[in-house]
Amino acid sequence: MSALLIRDLRLALRAGGGFGLGLVFFLILVALVAFGVGPQGALLSSIAPGMLWVGALLSCLLSLDRILALDYEDGSLDLLATAPLPLEAVVSIKGLAHWLTTGLPLVVVAPALGVLMNLAGPGYLWLVLSLLVGTPALSTIGTFGAALTVGLKRGGLLMSLLVLPLYVPTLIFGAEVARRGAEGLSVATPLALLGGITCGTIALLPFASAAVLRVNLR
Amino acid sequence: MASIWRYANPKKFIETSDRVLPVIAWGAVAALVVGLVWGFFFTPEDYRQGSTVKIIYIHVPAAMMAINAWAMMLVASLIWLVRRHHVSALAARAAAPVGAVMTVIALATGAIWGQPMWGTWWAWDPRLTSFLILFLFYLGYSALWAAVEDDDTAADLTAILCIVGSVFALLSRYAVNFWNQGLHQGASVMRAGAIAGDTQERVSNVFAAPLFVCMAGFVLLFVALVLLRTQTEIRARRMRALLARERMG
Repeated sequence: MSALLIRDLRLALRAGGGFGLGLVFFLILVALVAFGVGPQGALLSSIAPGMLWVGALLSCLLSLDRILALDYEDGSLDLLATAPLPLEAVVSIKGLAHWLTTGLPLVVVAPALGVLMNLAGPGYLWLVLSLLVGTPALSTIGTFGAALTVGLKRGGLLMSLLVLPLYVPTLIFGAEVARRGAEGLSVATPLALLGGITCGTIALLPFASAAVLRVNLR
Repeated sequence: MASIWRYANPKKFIETSDRVLPVIAWGAVAALVVGLVWGFFFTPEDYRQGSTVKIIYIHVPAAMMAINAWAMMLVASLIWLVRRHHVSALAARAAAPVGAVMTVIALATGAIWGQPMWGTWWAWDPRLTSFLILFLFYLGYSALWAAVEDDDTAADLTAILCIVGSVFALLSRYAVNFWNQGLHQGASVMRAGAIAGDTQERVSNVFAAPLFVCMAGFVLLFVALVLLRTQTEIRARRMRALLARERMG
């Protein structure tokens, strides 16, 4: 399992482009939002938590097709499917690798982009914490979407259509934690629900991902 | 013993549905004509909502069917995954566009009613929002069916998507509750005590009776459309098989 994780991380780091692309996309998106709504600080800071969450979600979405598509094309996914490691573990590791290369960097740069969005003082801690708790769910759900569309030519747009509705609960609770945190309200309830969604998806969704992957590799 | 599974045989399914389809279809027409005419012309106007209240006869049944169509697809998907009856997978596929149209009808009639009553076509209210999400699920489900070429693969993938989607649709339903308390009135048709005649907190009997007729009409309409579309799918598939055989021979 660790060998697979290290292999995926290495591939993501050395393939170039993919690793930093999500971050650059996140930065551009934040800049575009500022251009779109205007430079008023009060307006920006009121939409900052939600926009940063949407930005993180879209950056995550952008890199989903890399999770499985490359392995599918060169045939290593067939090898992994016949390996002694259960396919459920393979998709879990793939999701983890995606999170380490996409979700975690997003969490790290989010405060810097929060400055650009004029995020309120107490919001930084909760923004980082909500992203830290919520992005694993985004990666896990994304792996399911990637597994669903892996056999399709030009499945990228279809995958967005399938994955985005699944992201709704995560986004609602995540953005709610960040918003309440920025306004200095209590965040315990949405944070607990967000954590529940993350734990639930990590525990259950790999079974669905492995099942659709088996269908697609048939 | 005669089991329900013998209708899973496509031939048997077509034979039986050919017999019941006209009955159900005419039943739907009759119930809808009676319910809508009764509702539109023979009920009083609400003292606050005026004649706009009458959109309830389309809005509520459509909303009910939008949810129940997804539930039917979920059951059909589970049957396909467990017992591998092709008719079941095709029925799920046939129900998706019907459910999507019901969702659009519910959203559109709601907007038309909301404009004079709430003063807005759209509000980010939990019920409205969750219907929009449901519509997106229908679109994704149908798009996946259309995108995958192999029929059995498509049936498997969409069945699993339907199950996962159901869980997330429910999660979203309650998540949006949390996010915004909303404008939409609570359930007032099928609540406890509705039959017992407690009219304090629910739709008055004057409006309820034609509404139930309309609901029955929408259920029959849905069943008829699904049966018809499933038959079409089966026949299309049979035709493809025959054509393929001809090319081979």
